[in-house]
Amino acid sequence: MVNFGYTPLPTHIHDMDKASLTLADSISFEDASFNLCIACGSCTATCTAGSFTNFSFRQMCHQIKRGESKQAIAESEKCMLCGKCTLACPRNVNTRNIIRLVRKANQTI
Amino acid sequence: MNKIVAVIGGGVAGLETSIQLEKLGYKVNLYEKDSELGGHAGKWDRLFPNRRHATEVIDSLTSRIKDKVQINLVATVNQIKRENGSFLVEANGKSQKADAIVLTTGFELFPASKKEEYGYGIFDNVITSAELEKMFADHGKPQSTTGKTPEKIAIIHCVGSRDEKVNRPYCSKVCCVTAVKQAIEIKEAIPTAEVYCFYMDLRMFGPGYEDLYKEAQVKGVNFIRGRLSETSEMEGSRVLIKAEDTLSSKPLKMTVDMVVLMVGMSPLPSTEKILKDLELSPNNDGFVQVKDYHLEPTHTKAEGVFVAGACTGPNNITDSVNAAHSAALEVHKYLTSK
Repeated sequence: MVNFGYTPLPTHIHDMDKASLTLADSISFEDASFNLCIACGSCTATCTAGSFTNFSFRQMCHQIKRGESKQAIAESEKCMLCGKCTLACPRNVNTRNIIRLVRKANQTI
Repeated sequence: MNKIVAVIGGGVAGLETSIQLEKLGYKVNLYEKDSELGGHAGKWDRLFPNRRHATEVIDSLTSRIKDKVQINLVATVNQIKRENGSFLVEANGKSQKADAIVLTTGFELFPASKKEEYGYGIFDNVITSAELEKMFADHGKPQSTTGKTPEKIAIIHCVGSRDEKVNRPYCSKVCCVTAVKQAIEIKEAIPTAEVYCFYMDLRMFGPGYEDLYKEAQVKGVNFIRGRLSETSEMEGSRVLIKAEDTLSSKPLKMTVDMVVLMVGMSPLPSTEKILKDLELSPNNDGFVQVKDYHLEPTHTKAEGVFVAGACTGPNNITDSVNAAHSAALEVHKYLTSK
């Protein structure tokens, strides 16, 4: 058959039936404060790395919760672990530890 | 003193108003259209924020009026007439005099089938928050139509609230915290269940509500910011739901075993007739218009007619009890100065 080079467009929909939430489950098991995010954005607003790159801790957490582990792991590399976000978080999410857990998961995957 | 007060509606507000008026020495005629007292709260299993059993509250209220108040059950008030400075209240063909009236007619739950795209009344496993309460009361956990235990449940906020498409532009106030409470109860009843709340804002305004939200998060309830667009039925009576995950600006779809619609509070249609008799008009949302929202929240513009509870707009039990106290005191002031 002739290959015309057409393929279906990659979908941009979150299909939660297919999403793998292994990373989300393991992080929430190891540090339950991961669950407490209310998406206020304080972490991202105060982020030093975020002033120079497009790093967003809030978005990274969101990617984990939607099963986008690869993107989240890549995102976690942008953090320099200064810990300002931990001071800013109104829900006491242990943000630095979450970064550490994401990076650790990367090593085991 | 043998002045008579007619209290119309035997829910929380009506019961509390009757208790207070009776204590102040008035003869109270309480009218309830159903066969039981307690209103909507009486049909609920457990209450937010501390999850005590609703029967505890309702039994306490009803036991305090027992044998002290004339209780008229299955008594729909058909007509109220003014006569020589007092009122004639007619229910079931029987007219009784009253020197003052307190409207505590309450609300109705938003008829979820009006939001047709959500599939209520069409698909088997789309239920309302009230039906989930009944399941908790009857079996202690949710059950799908086939009797199976659902493993994946979506809770939909703001059904019949903040929605001009169904003429309910206002917030019903109590559904957010009810959703969080029910999500926790589902997690406790079925620990392996996945629970997803679809919300736009979480309005945790009362004491202990935010704590309840945090408890739900700790227990692993997932919160997705976005309004449900539509449902469709899948194989095995499962339900496919679609929404936008607005925090990542992407559409989201998910198949669940059960959808629970958090139905809001709507004006009770039968209250309209009573308002007409008393020459009163409803407010913009269709609830009873109070005389002054800030300063006279239990007065109406009609002399001798007072109001308490959710017939003035979405209310929780504490609001209703406070309004009932206030209304009883205002009735007392009115009747002693008359």
